[in-house]
Amino acid sequence: MPQAALSGLDEATRDESSLRRFLDGLPGVDQVGVEQRAASLATRSIKKASKLWALNTAISMVDLTTLEGADTVGTVRSLCAKARQPDPERPDTPRVAAVCVYPDLVATAVEALEGTGIGVASVATAFPSGRSNLAVKLADTKLAVESGATEVDMVIDRGAFLSGRYGAVFDEIRAVKQACGDAHLKVILETGELVTYDNVRKASWLALLAGADFIKTSTGKVQPAATLPVTHVMLQAVRDWYTATGELRGVKPAGGIRSAKDAIRYLVAVNEVAGEEWLTPRLFRFGASSLLNDLLLQRRTQLDGHYSGPDYVTVN
Amino acid sequence: MALFDYAPAPENRDIANLKPHYRPFINGEFVDGNGEPLKTINPATGEVLAEVSTVDTTDIDRAVQAARNAYEKVWRRMPGSERAKYLFRLARLIQERARELAVLETLDNGKPIKESRDVDIPTAAAHFFYHAGWADKLSYAGYGPDPQPLGVAGQVIPWNFPLLMLAWKIAPALACGNTVVLKPAETTPLTALVFGELCQQAGLPPGVVNIVPGAGDVGAALVSHQGIDKVAFTGSTEVGKIIQRQLAGSGKKMTMELGGKAANIVFDDAPLDQAVEGIVNGIFFNQGHVCCAGSRLLVQESIAEELLEKLRYRVSTLRIGDPLDKNTDVGAINSAEQLAKIRELVASGEAEGAERWTSPCPLPEKGFFFAPTVFSGVHPSMRIAREEIFGPVLSVMTFRTPQEAVTKANNTPYGLSAGIWTEKGSRILWMTAQLRAGVVWANTFNRFDPTAPFGGYKESGFGREGGRAGLEAYLDV
Repeated sequence: MPQAALSGLDEATRDESSLRRFLDGLPGVDQVGVEQRAASLATRSIKKASKLWALNTAISMVDLTTLEGADTVGTVRSLCAKARQPDPERPDTPRVAAVCVYPDLVATAVEALEGTGIGVASVATAFPSGRSNLAVKLADTKLAVESGATEVDMVIDRGAFLSGRYGAVFDEIRAVKQACGDAHLKVILETGELVTYDNVRKASWLALLAGADFIKTSTGKVQPAATLPVTHVMLQAVRDWYTATGELRGVKPAGGIRSAKDAIRYLVAVNEVAGEEWLTPRLFRFGASSLLNDLLLQRRTQLDGHYSGPDYVTVN
Repeated sequence: MALFDYAPAPENRDIANLKPHYRPFINGEFVDGNGEPLKTINPATGEVLAEVSTVDTTDIDRAVQAARNAYEKVWRRMPGSERAKYLFRLARLIQERARELAVLETLDNGKPIKESRDVDIPTAAAHFFYHAGWADKLSYAGYGPDPQPLGVAGQVIPWNFPLLMLAWKIAPALACGNTVVLKPAETTPLTALVFGELCQQAGLPPGVVNIVPGAGDVGAALVSHQGIDKVAFTGSTEVGKIIQRQLAGSGKKMTMELGGKAANIVFDDAPLDQAVEGIVNGIFFNQGHVCCAGSRLLVQESIAEELLEKLRYRVSTLRIGDPLDKNTDVGAINSAEQLAKIRELVASGEAEGAERWTSPCPLPEKGFFFAPTVFSGVHPSMRIAREEIFGPVLSVMTFRTPQEAVTKANNTPYGLSAGIWTEKGSRILWMTAQLRAGVVWANTFNRFDPTAPFGGYKESGFGREGGRAGLEAYLDV
């Protein structure tokens, strides 16, 4: 972003045309270059003590998620039990960062996690499509927050973004942020629908300007979901935001991260693109469900010196 | 200590199959050379890796004679489709023994294993595959209906990409029907000699490829030998000039790939983060031991400060250390001599008033290492802006208009490569036409592909390697 524009971030959000000028003035992202860089960082070899550290850190960054139409009070309670004690035979295993559910199940999760310090995140704003009016989206948010959600994962209006109505997207994020109160706001860009890296960068800045505490890649309902290069672009955005404002904002890749190996690649990217300040659940999360069990299995492998099978970790 | 401290992940050095002695490869056999043996060292530790028997003039005579016999009796007469089979075999053998060659290259050269593994060896194999495809299609290359080979080629290669430069030289020569006598660099002869084993494995007729290790005197004797028809040299401009003087009037065909002082030009509308990657890749790839390295950064004044801030942060994340460690980004400087040259030029930059920034990364205690360094406030008159440093040292200058960028970029006796960073396609095309450089990269840097011709203007040499244009160097056209 041009230095001059950075010094006037307030100026950027003054009105729709300033916002457009600012976002369109951001430097482009070269597709070949960013994919090459992501592929090259993915060849880092993380072994031994550093691997165990990465596995523990990744577990502590998981937003353990269930977002199915078939979710019930029972499945959410079972997921919360898993969040509290990911590996019952290894009580020193770190707890996950949060459990992520639909708004109507927030109360169940809050009750099940009481006193654990584990966050309850709720998707909101007509997740996953975001296709509704503002009143409904705010009511959705309110339901989540009033039920006790400490974190809200909202979706942006991709239709508005792609048709160039940046102001509408901005205002909506602002309004949801306000409705969140003390709850942390994660803004889902749904990068699989934005398609280009230029759009991902613009949407990242738009969300950061509107007050997102986190920018999140995907709902998990659209393919492709999280990818390494997309996460690179978003990590670069929060680093640039920090350089410009001194504020630390978070990133959450979600969807499609299933193996510990992948998770470690993301951590390497966090470390080398954003910086080691971001290596904390306060600033980096994985939106995932099956990832946790692979992290647990790999953690056991590191500690026991041999592999164990999938039946040695619990199903949710 | 860093929060996320990567544990050492060294590649196993036993994979290199290092032997105590290596010998010249002449007429299909490994033979004792009559020259003074040399010891090749690991620049990352200073330890002696192996003793290498070198050649003298009588050995060169034998090698050239072997190449001549192979040329006249076997290779030139062989149908292109048959020659292709040997080249395909060599390509596959490089792939089969890729890990061994990569580790050996890293031990002998000091470059990080991730580069020898992911760039040097795969690209060397790619050159053989590519040229194997040409061997039976030379009549369609645009050089007439039945282009003929030149004869015996004397080839001298540098130490920065030992096996890859060998591939650049040998693959097109053989594809076109020539035979070769190749001298690897004094400090990095090992992979070339293992390549001799690959020739045996491939059943290549004796004498088609001969490898003669030695120092500069061997190179001088080889290129001026009466029995060769063609000289291909990659190395310094200084030596290139000496060879040209020596060969003047001899009728030998020559190609020279010499030094460079490439400009990497970043406009204010560039994709900045990828430009930073390209700058880093341009000058810190292979410790900056790259003739086409982007050693001069020309950045538009309006974004200079922001770009430099991003660049310094990125450079400070580069990991310098054990080249065998898979996480090492920048390895060892190839020799004490080269390290001294880099230090001398860096000192001149400081003395001439450029502002030096050096990565705070820790350096190993042993071996030849130099921390990545960026000079800003550089003026075109300074030595660090004019002379090839051949090390991890970047000189940053600014410009205001595209014309000024072109003028500054072209203001060098060299002309090997250049890089342009802008999202404006029309500007890329205009710049490409203005820049006097053999290779111009747009929104990327240091990308090599056997299908793309590579070579220089002015004091960076003449002739092309790779692509259809590269065939001309080995054909009588």
